[in-house]
Amino acid sequence: MRHGYQGVPRWIYVLAAAGALFVLLPLAAIVAKVNWAEFLPLVTSESSLTALGLSLRTSAASTVLCIVLGVPLALVLARGQFRGQRLLRSFVLLPLVLPPVVGGIALLYTFGRQGLLGRSLELAGIQVAFSTTAVVLAQTFVALPFLVVSLEGALRSAGSRYEAVAATLGARPTTVLRRVTLPLVLPGLASGAVLSFARSLGEFGATLTFAGSLQGVTRTLPLEIYLQRETDADAAVALSLLLVAVAVAVVGLSYRRPGAAGGRGPGGAERATRDGAPEPAPERAAP
Amino acid sequence: MSVRIDAAIAARGFDVSMSLAPGETVAVLGPNGAGKSTLLSVIAGLLRPDTGRGEVDGKVLFDLGPATNTWTAPHRRGTALLAQEPLLFPHLSALDNVAFGPRSAGVPRAAARETARHWLAEVEAVDLASRRPGELSGGQAQRVAVARALAADPEVLLLDEPMAALDIHAAPLLRRLLRRVLAGRRAVIVTHDVLDAYMLADRVIVLEEGRITEEGPVREVLQRPRSRFAAGLAGLNLVAGTVTAAGIRSPEGLEFAGQHDAPLVPGQAGVAAFPPSAVSVFLSEAHGSPRNSFRVRLTDLEPHGDQIRVRAGELAADITPAASADLGLAPGLEAYFVVKAAAVSIYPA
Repeated sequence: MRHGYQGVPRWIYVLAAAGALFVLLPLAAIVAKVNWAEFLPLVTSESSLTALGLSLRTSAASTVLCIVLGVPLALVLARGQFRGQRLLRSFVLLPLVLPPVVGGIALLYTFGRQGLLGRSLELAGIQVAFSTTAVVLAQTFVALPFLVVSLEGALRSAGSRYEAVAATLGARPTTVLRRVTLPLVLPGLASGAVLSFARSLGEFGATLTFAGSLQGVTRTLPLEIYLQRETDADAAVALSLLLVAVAVAVVGLSYRRPGAAGGRGPGGAERATRDGAPEPAPERAAP
Repeated sequence: MSVRIDAAIAARGFDVSMSLAPGETVAVLGPNGAGKSTLLSVIAGLLRPDTGRGEVDGKVLFDLGPATNTWTAPHRRGTALLAQEPLLFPHLSALDNVAFGPRSAGVPRAAARETARHWLAEVEAVDLASRRPGELSGGQAQRVAVARALAADPEVLLLDEPMAALDIHAAPLLRRLLRRVLAGRRAVIVTHDVLDAYMLADRVIVLEEGRITEEGPVREVLQRPRSRFAAGLAGLNLVAGTVTAAGIRSPEGLEFAGQHDAPLVPGQAGVAAFPPSAVSVFLSEAHGSPRNSFRVRLTDLEPHGDQIRVRAGELAADITPAASADLGLAPGLEAYFVVKAAAVSIYPA
């Protein structure tokens, strides 16, 4: 269909080019600003490597947590029928539009020492706030909607007809989930997980509020960049470029081919991952 | 009675009672939206009726009423569903698709695959075993889907227009295949092809607007249809009315003289059926020994085999193209439909 009628007015291309430039230009500006002579020493300094390692570890952990919590949520939202379903969806998606610093404060008053659950946790000898666990929780809080939205879209467009057939063939609901539903929406799940990982990697506001900025414990790469910006602009730029590179690699991996993790599912599931998934949002402005 | 279903869904105006004898295949015919697929969904457990009771060999599928609330989940019913599209799981090979039922029943992988091979052989698709559904043609995929449904060893096989999505070359092959595998098997097949009913079913149910309007052995329903839908399938004109001494009187006041097929009492409800080929078309009123002649306004002309089918509302006449041209027939024209009394059979409604 490459030669088919497109129906896109020319002036749309002009605006689209402006949009693309708006995203690409700032990235180019970072590249232009990098002090290449000092680049390697800057990004391989101990504090940088510690921050990068922490970022990757916590983001991986929060992605796992997003899958564990987000898959059931997406299933319930896409397949369930109950009162308050729309309300639940709105609340699950709230972190998408909530300033992360507000999320951090909310988490603090939930898991913090004086928080809703924090007191009981403290009695059990568990301290969450200002620990690496807090970083993971903060990242999960902001990244969960990405997985839920992406997967719910995939589930909706895959439809439930395969599941119905599987049930009439004698498969219990758990078997249907394991052998039919999840394999069918695997591309959507994969792209949702990648988006969650990318969002976790960029998380700043909630982390700073809820977990603080302790080197090696809670100071992730975005926090390190913010800190360095005060003292050493070159280091901040170099680390920013590093984060951009990691983000590009992650997003590139999931959008390598149309249909994310391969065209195994029915056409609908692939379309959903691309239509239903929000763009990976870079971290919001500083708190 | 081995299978007994009574179900009502108020919102859809659906209210059906049906049964299946051991080894019996029933065809459900009816216009679009009549509730045919609804019936299958209710039996399969994919749709919950408001009230009713369903039973297979004493096992209760559902029993929903003011005082009862029994519901058996779809996977415990043994009612495998074969839909219009094959719906093979795209991530599994044909073999693993067919093995899905046995695997779900707890059969170990190797044994399940053995069963799957048997059923693939049964539908002449052994050579497709290792293919992914995406690599199968529509007809091949539907054959594999038949094998998958049979491999689940269902108590009742439910088929929802299994031939409808196939091209004209693949459909006859699948129909022959189904004829073989449905013999002596309890099945409900939804179709709107009268050929499916003839070839595959022992009995036919005609469903219109959520209700059964007619049921009986296939041959009988098609030879002596009582519903307009069945008459359409059988290619007959059907006029319902009140039996008179000489024939039948329609509610519009038309008198049809005909042959009483059964002992009839004047005044009882009856129908008159006659084939379009027995109807002649004239531009002026014809006179002659026992004939029915009535004025009609033509609504449509369409090709029908090597004839022209002339429609006037619910009635149809088949005439030669030459005759149609001679008469200058066109929609909107007023004409006379004439049918010999000997060609009209009249029987109780």
